[in-house]
Amino acid sequence: MAFVTLHNVTYQYPLTQSPALQEINLKINEGEFLAVVGPNGAGKSTLCYALAGFVPHFFKGELTGEITVDGKKSSEATLDEWVMNVGLAFQNPFNQISGAKFTVFEELAFGLENIGIPREEMKVRVEEAMALTGIRELADRSPYSLSGGQQQRVALTSILVMKPKLLVLDEPTSQMDPIGTREVFSVVRKMAEEGMTVVMVEHKVEWIANFADRVMALKDGRMVLEGKPNEVLTSDMLAENGFGISRYTSTAREAKKRGLWKKENLPVTLDEAVEGFAK
Amino acid sequence: MNIEITNLRFTYPTGLEALKGINLTINSGEQVAIVGQNGAGKTTLVRHFNGLLKPTSGTIFIGEWETTKFSVAKLASRVGYVFQNPDDQLFSRDVLTEVTFGPRNLGYEKAKIEELVQRALSLTELTDKTDTNPYDLSPTWRKMIALASIIAMDTPIVIFDEPTTGQDAVNVARIANVIAELRNEGKTVITITHDIDFCAENFERVVALSNGQVLLDGPAREVLGQEKVLAQTYVDPPQLTRLGKRLGLKETVTRQEEFLRAIE
Ligand SMILES: Nc1ncnc2c1ncn2[C@@H]1O[C@H](COP(=O)(O)OP(=O)(O)OP(=O)(O)O)[C@@H](O)[C@H]1O
Ligand SMILES: Nc1ncnc2c1ncn2[C@@H]1O[C@H](COP(=O)(O)OP(=O)(O)OP(=O)(O)O)[C@@H](O)[C@H]1O
Ligand SMILES: [Mg+2]
Ligand SMILES: [Mg+2]
Repeated sequence: MAFVTLHNVTYQYPLTQSPALQEINLKINEGEFLAVVGPNGAGKSTLCYALAGFVPHFFKGELTGEITVDGKKSSEATLDEWVMNVGLAFQNPFNQISGAKFTVFEELAFGLENIGIPREEMKVRVEEAMALTGIRELADRSPYSLSGGQQQRVALTSILVMKPKLLVLDEPTSQMDPIGTREVFSVVRKMAEEGMTVVMVEHKVEWIANFADRVMALKDGRMVLEGKPNEVLTSDMLAENGFGISRYTSTAREAKKRGLWKKENLPVTLDEAVEGFAK
Repeated sequence: MNIEITNLRFTYPTGLEALKGINLTINSGEQVAIVGQNGAGKTTLVRHFNGLLKPTSGTIFIGEWETTKFSVAKLASRVGYVFQNPDDQLFSRDVLTEVTFGPRNLGYEKAKIEELVQRALSLTELTDKTDTNPYDLSPTWRKMIALASIIAMDTPIVIFDEPTTGQDAVNVARIANVIAELRNEGKTVITITHDIDFCAENFERVVALSNGQVLLDGPAREVLGQEKVLAQTYVDPPQLTRLGKRLGLKETVTRQEEFLRAIE
């Protein structure tokens, strides 16, 4: 059985004219890494909020249909119960930091403290999580004295340390350099291999193609495509509808018109592009 | 109006030395991208240009003004800075008030303020959102508002800190268009970005920072082709540059047309 199920989910924020999510049907297996792409305003963050229980519990508004995670229905749970299983990294990492703590280490321990994890175990888990995201050297720094990318790493680590069963990441690499981006994708891949279910909103399609199991494309609140990364990310529909696409894909598409790309499939990754363009 | 940076060093109150001797001249009307790994000092550097930070040692001249001798309010007439985090910048209850604040503060005439605000709103396609509270919009729109409120100030120097993060293809094109527009008006545009393809397509000069120092500085093609040196500051060359290298092309290509011509 699927670990996460969205059945006919439609959601409208209070005081708005039209739904932000419309009739979403989706199943995600345990340990699957699903990437979500879409233009601005497509409903990506709203989908994240719905998975994390903030929609409708926090934002109010009207949700119809059913969201199930690990056999439990979100309509029947309180937000406090729900967040024990689902961790969400916000789109703006600067909003993730609690403001309650003086050091990065304490910031990372904060969530564990709140759920009553004993001090010794807490230390071990924070150390582990910091090692995963490569921020050990930031442990004693103030969470406010960090660069943009460093803050984003801390925000992500504060979610990972909670070991949620469902990890929801809303553009977790937006402030990061390429090495940081690669690290995030590899950590997420590793977590998925270990059984964590991951939903990640991302614009960096080359990385999605290299790491994710499946991609869903959202536009105007609707799921417009869903499937294997290469199939979805090279579709003409994406290019025509303002989705971010890889330069390899757009260049090969143009090359195909001029007879310079001979293969049937277009590339998303460097390796695919090299293979197709090599003489 | 040139920017002249000499032996700039900066240490945060925490004792961390973020800039370790920067020498850089940016000429009037240049379009410069600043790249480099997280924590390299990019944001710290540009915050010196409008006086938000003062050098621990060394000097920065904006035209004939040395930044330490002028207030942030005064420097705002020469340098506009769009924050990396829009929430650090925005404070008004609606978009129109936010975008009007800057030019009004600079004391322009009423008609000029109106014209500048309208132009900024239309360049960023915010015209239909003037009454909206920025905090009812997504972070990507808030970034656009932050951008509009700075270009409305009509300063000779404009700095964007990571303008394309989270923006879709349409908005990235919109931002590229804003930059092209500012270039046509002869303004200096300095942009910090991790989006190296965007950098390759929109900037003539690239400065790579590494660990508080200038690692590379030169024409985009020259800098972006140096894969090994760039790796020191965690910058990957643009996608098409990497592809060209892998295919064994002799020249460094950065843009689609060049690439297609080279493989024909
Ligand atoms: N708190 C809110 N109140 C009312 N409407 C909202 C709220 N948050 C989002 N919306 C609206 O819901 C729709 C979907 O927004 P959402 O933020 O989910 O899109 P997104 O795909 O995450 O966009 P982006 O790429 O800009 O982050 C948009 O029309 C947006 O204006
Ligand atoms: N307010 C602060 N107090 C103390 N140290 C700081 C502060 N802001 C930044 N730093 C440190 O200064 C160094 C440079 O930070 P800066 O923000 O300039 O980096 P950046 O190149 O903009 O990185 P990013 O790409 O992640 O935004 C980093 O080591 C950072 O941790
Ligand atoms: Mg979003
Ligand atoms: Mg920065």
